[in-house]
Order: sequence, then structure tokens, then C-alpha cells
Amino acid sequence: MMNPSHGRGLGSAGGSSSGRNQGGGGGGETVVEMFPSGLRVLVVDDDPTCLMILERMLMSCLYEVTKCNRAELALSLLRKNKHGFDIVISDVHMPDMDGFKLLEHVGLEMDLPVIMMSADDSKSVVLKGVTHGAVDYLIKPVRMEALKNIWQHVVRKRRSEWSVPEHSGSIEETRDRQQQQHRGGNAAISGGEDAVDDNSSSVNEGNNWRSNSRKRKDEDGEEQGDDKDEDASNLKKPRVVWSVELHQQFVAAVNQLGVEKAVPKKILELMNVPGLTRENVASHLQKYRIYLRRLGGVSQHQGNLNNSFMTGQDASFAPLSTLNGFDLQALAVTGQLPAQSLAQLQAAGLGRPTMVSKSGLPVSSIVDERSIFSFDNSKTRFGEGLGHHHGQQQPQQQPQMNLLHGVPTGLQQQLPMGNRMSIQQQIAAVRAGHSVQNSGMLMQSLPRGPPPMLTSSQSSIRQPMLSNRIPERSGFSGRNNIPESSRVLPTGYTNHLTTQHSSSSLAYNNFQTELPVNSFPLASAPGLSAVPVRKTNSYQEEVNSSEAGFATPSYDMFTTRQNDWDLRSIGIAFDSHQDAESAAFSNSEAYSSSSMSRNNNTTVAATEHVRNHQQQPHPGMVPHHQVYADGNSGSVRVKSERVAADSAAMAFHEQYSNQEDLMSALLKQEGIAPVDGEFDFDAYSIDNIPV
Amino acid sequence: MDLVQMQKSLQDYTKSLFLEGILDSQFLQLQQLQDESNPDFVSQVVTLFFQDSDRILNDLSLSLGQQVVDFKKVDPHVHQLKGSSSSIGAQRVKNACVVFRNFCEQQNVEACHRCLQQVKQEYYLVKNRLETLFKLEQQIVASGGMIPAVELGF
Repeated sequence: MMNPSHGRGLGSAGGSSSGRNQGGGGGGETVVEMFPSGLRVLVVDDDPTCLMILERMLMSCLYEVTKCNRAELALSLLRKNKHGFDIVISDVHMPDMDGFKLLEHVGLEMDLPVIMMSADDSKSVVLKGVTHGAVDYLIKPVRMEALKNIWQHVVRKRRSEWSVPEHSGSIEETRDRQQQQHRGGNAAISGGEDAVDDNSSSVNEGNNWRSNSRKRKDEDGEEQGDDKDEDASNLKKPRVVWSVELHQQFVAAVNQLGVEKAVPKKILELMNVPGLTRENVASHLQKYRIYLRRLGGVSQHQGNLNNSFMTGQDASFAPLSTLNGFDLQALAVTGQLPAQSLAQLQAAGLGRPTMVSKSGLPVSSIVDERSIFSFDNSKTRFGEGLGHHHGQQQPQQQPQMNLLHGVPTGLQQQLPMGNRMSIQQQIAAVRAGHSVQNSGMLMQSLPRGPPPMLTSSQSSIRQPMLSNRIPERSGFSGRNNIPESSRVLPTGYTNHLTTQHSSSSLAYNNFQTELPVNSFPLASAPGLSAVPVRKTNSYQEEVNSSEAGFATPSYDMFTTRQNDWDLRSIGIAFDSHQDAESAAFSNSEAYSSSSMSRNNNTTVAATEHVRNHQQQPHPGMVPHHQVYADGNSGSVRVKSERVAADSAAMAFHEQYSNQEDLMSALLKQEGIAPVDGEFDFDAYSIDNIPV
Repeated sequence: MDLVQMQKSLQDYTKSLFLEGILDSQFLQLQQLQDESNPDFVSQVVTLFFQDSDRILNDLSLSLGQQVVDFKKVDPHVHQLKGSSSSIGAQRVKNACVVFRNFCEQQNVEACHRCLQQVKQEYYLVKNRLETLFKLEQQIVASGGMIPAVELGF
């Protein structure tokens, strides 16, 4: 639906139309140059020299700058003018309030992206920034180049809000919400100042900027109006702004219920705020949990990044259902939604053909940075598998290849089908870019609930699950908070975080990486559904083909997405899963001790395992076990065998409350004792990937 | 001195500041922010820096002069001075601040006193040089000339 262009040039196109919209800025300018103009920046620093310099720099970037030398003043400015700013830049060391405190307040109350800066470049402080949810961390002296690109954080955040439903809920609601999110998000972002469908509301560059961003997503032209829409029946769900009072009510309710036991529904009841919806509470609860975890987790693991990552992961998994606010998660948690349905839903929400996962594994319910990494892993794995088995079974490969190609349609388009070399090259590129890819881990973790993303990514590569994964991933594009900037991103996994992704589990909010949503048009749904059947017959021999098939699409997805991912976070993400996997694959020769070499080993292990598993079927464990053990082939095989095991998987899902539980449950199912402690992540190494 | 000579002097003088490490590339960034619509930006910022730094150095002298030095007060001051000096490109001041902070962490009062002296020294040096720079610029502008862009060919 296009907003009518009222001559102001507000097109329906995405960012490209912003140039036109910047009527005041000069129509002749290129779109790219004009796009971030008018970004409303609030810069807070007690150092007057820096403040002045920053103001001048930001102004020369054509941003609208408001400077403030006291944190309290900045907060009150933000509160008074709820949608008056797009992004906040704040110093860390300030006399009246710690910069991190301000960061938290802004995140909780206004949900604006915050960039931290300081002359202090020590890792601990940078880490703190990440864990507290900053989208970036600048080291003083700040240079122009650093400021020029801050608009990306705003866009990223908005996109994540638009494309992914923030609130958990029923399946139907999820779908509706996904559609409404755009409208709601758009309206909220614009602050209700511009009627969505009233293009003539303002020629103001700032408004245009917002409108432009909004237009990219919302063509419906629905006016959300007040950001605090008290009408509970309004399906559009305008963004609720969590004022101090509201937040205090929320905290009181949570404490009354007990932090661990607090569920959105009960919190909502306790708060008794008219117009507040369960979804609002759910998403806020998510953030709050992250905030709490950060308080607890950071202090414990400051020194040991790995631990913190793992801890963070575990912790993050705990509130899995709310972590990403994904409907899927909530559904999985409540056991309402079989993985297949989830996938279908997501696919539907994304407008993609739904592929049902035969394995019934939890469809990437948890999409976060880990999943993104997992994609990477699967990619490498596939590549290797492809390399290894490519030429071995041509006849069988063909049909599967086609199917596989069909699954991640987007991938197909991006990758020349059947072009082994290109895939391998991609793998190499990915690997070069991202050192750690535990595809093996991912694969293994698929069956487990906790790292859904891992599984999902893995599974997506495997035929039966592929379709599920892909749509899910796409659906979560917004949610995958994958930091893409090169600087340290305090929140979640961020590309910025060059050192450690301690934030992996924490800053999900701020991970705003967009999955290449459009890259996976699942055109071959019919083909995909056929795959599982076929697999049953031919899997034993067709490991190669499945791998090959998977490889192609998966790499596509990854290449598009993974530019700056910190491998470590990926590794960390997998850490938690490694225990079980290690136990499961004690006999796996693929296990290597180095996490860095996981990727390298993964593929090899996967392929090897495939063979192994073929020979050593474990009756009870086959469904899960194989998934863990084998990258491509294993999963494929599992699927075929798991058709009957779906119910088991389903039951498994229902038990899934958090990662740890899930893993334990999964392991128990397989007869493997849950392994605690460090993961000896001997994932499949990808060393053998021919590149 | 005619205009061209003055401009050449200014250029040489500016270059020398960079060569001596008194200023670093951040100062260039500031100069790039100066344009027709903000013709005095650099001198404004630098003046602000001087004012603020005078205050900080004063506070530091007071804090370090106490019977019992409260390093929790000293450190933030040094930190801020480090930040602002680095922001305008006063490299040597910033470096002196880094050393100062290290000793603060060690709570070494004696060394901190020495550091403070060092910081002050560097600060007065850059202050002096920049004031001279601005004077040169003013002379050029008063003579109707344009301030040449800084070219760091070294």
C-alpha cells in the first residue's frame, strides 16, 4: 500500500525515496547523501570542549544536534520530548550520573539507540558499554568518520522493530502483529507527528527522515497517533513508552511475582494499567531481564569472556521465551506451537512459503545473534560437505539439490546453483571474515531447543528443516540483533565488539542486524515437502547431495549477512551446546579442542559422522543424535527417521523453558547426561573445506 | 611582512607544531570543521579548552595539595583533561595525562605531583603556541588575506 504521494515526493520506496522527501534539502542531491540528514541527535558530555566539537561535527553531518552537559538534564529532555530524538550519544564519565546509568534509562524508557563514548578505551569499560546495551562505543577523540555513520543504528533499530513482532502471543496474533507492527512501529517512530498517510504533513527534514524510514516499511498509511495508545483494542499496537512511573509499577509487579516467575500476563494483571497489553509487558520484560542479567552476569564474568559468554548465553536462555519476544519462542515455550507450525507461521508472516520441518525440531524459535552465527557454521559445513561429496552421487543429488535450492530460495538466487566452487569460495570468504563457525555445533544444537537459531539455521540447510529455518530467520531479521557496525556494540552480538561478544546473550535488543529477509523466498515449498520423503529413501547414500544442496543456499544467506560477526560470539553461543554434543560425540573424531577451529572441523566431522552414524544407528537417539553429530547429512538422515519422532520432538519443545532445561531434556531424551561446564567444543572442523 | 610572507610563516609555524608533536591530526579535524559559516570555530573551541583546562588544573592543584589526597577526585579530573586535550589535538598534553593517570591508579602522590607539573608544562606550551598561531591568523585576515589550508606534506 502506498502512501499517496502528495507531491512532497514521499514515495513508497524505502530509503531511496528519502532523497525525494528531503524536499527542503535539495532535490538534486543524491539519495545516499541525503538520507541521514536531519537525524536528531542528543549528545551528552560534561566536557564543554568535546561537546562543542561534537556538536560541530554532527552538524556538518547534517544532523539536528541538541547538546547537553548533564545527564539528568538529558533524561528530562528525553522524557519531555518522547519522540524528539533518534539517537543519543553520551559520555561514560560524567559527574552527576554515570553514563551507563543514563544508557539504561534511555534503553528502558525510550528505547532509543545510545552510543557511548569515552577517552577510556580499556576493554572492561567497552565491555560494560556492550553489556549495558549501547549500540556502539566511540573512543575519544571522536573523528568525523565515526559520527557520519551513526544513522545506521537508528535504521537498524527501526527495522528490527518493524519486521519482527516484538511481542509474544498466539500464532494468530503473531501474524497479525507482524503486519501491524509495521504500522505501529512506523507511527511510533514518527512520534505521531506525521500522519502516516498524510504526506503533506511536513517538509521538515527531520520529519521526512522519519517518514522516509517509515515509508519503507509501512505503506498502509495508518495513523497511529499518540505513541501511548491507550486503546487496548487497537491492533496496531503503537509503541508504549515506558515512563518512570510505569516502569516502577512494572518492577513492583515483577518483584511481587518473583523475577524468575514473572510472566507477562500476571505482570499485566498486577500493573492494572488500562491500555497496556500483554505484548507490551512481554517485550519490556525481555529488556528488563537483560538488564538484570547484565547486572548479575557482568560482574561475574568480566574477566573471562568465554565464561561470560556462556553465562550470558545460559542466562539469556533462561528467559528464552521472552528473550527475543518472538512469538515462536513464546509458542514453543507454552507448547502451543509445534515447530512446524511455528515455521509455517513465520513463513506466513514473512510471506514465504512454509516448509514444515519433519523433524519437528523447534524452529529457530530463538533467533539472535547466535543463530546468525550458526548460519555461518552451517554454511561452512555445507561447503565442505559439498566439496567432499559433491561428485559422488550425481543422480541422487539432482533431485535433492533442486529441492534444497528451492528451500532457501533467496540463497539460490544469490548463489549459482550447483556451483561448488562459488560456494566454497564463499565459505572461504566467510571463514576468512569470521574465524569461528561452529557449524558442527550448530548442527548438533539443532535438535536442542536452546539454541534454536543454531538448529534452525542448521535445519534450514537440511532439507526438511530448511524451509522452516529460512523463513524464521527472515522473519527475525529484525530481531536478530546482529550488530553490524565495526565498532564495539555494547548490546548483544555486535560486529562492533571486536574483542569479545560478551554481549552475545545480553544485548539482544541492540543487535539489530537484518537478516536478508528477502533473500530466502521459499519458492519451492512443494519441492521441499517432498524432500523429507525422499530423504528417507535415499539418505543413507545421499549425504553428499543433501550437503551439497544445503551448502548452496546456506552460504548465500550467510554471505549476505555476515560481514563483521565476531566469531567468538558464535563460538560462545555454541559453548552451551557443546557439552551435550561433546558427550554425544565422544567417539567423534571431529572434535577438536580449539573453538577457533571449530568451523574447520565441523564440516569434516560432519561428513565423517554422517558415515559413522549410518553405521551405528542409535535407535532411541537417532533422531536427535544424528542431528547433532552430522552436519548436513546427519540432519537429513535424522529427519527422515524422525518423522515418527516428531511427537518426541514436540514433547521436547513443550518442555522447553530455557536453554538449560532444553538441553537437559534433550540430552535425557537421548540418554546422554547433561554436561556442565566448559564445552570442549570439538565441533566439526572445517579444515577440510576445499576452497 | 607582506601577505604572502605571513601566510607562509603561518604554514611553517603550523607545520612545526605538528612536527614537534605538540599538535596531532585531531587538530586538523577541527580545522576542517571551520568554514565560511563557522570562521572562528577553531579559535572558539581552543579558547573553551583553555578555560576549561585552567579550571581543571586548578582543581588538580588543590586536590593534590591536600593532606590526604583523594585520588577518587583526582582521577576524573585527569581523565577529563585527557579527553578534552585529545579532542583538540593537544597530543603532548594528552600523553602527559596518560602518565598522570597511571600514577593515580597507583596512588603515588609524589609521582602525581611530578605528573601535574609535567601536564602543566605541556599545557602552557601548547597554549602559548596556539595563541601565537591565532595571532598570525588574525594578522593575515586583517591584511585581507585568507588563511591557507594546512598541508601536512611531511
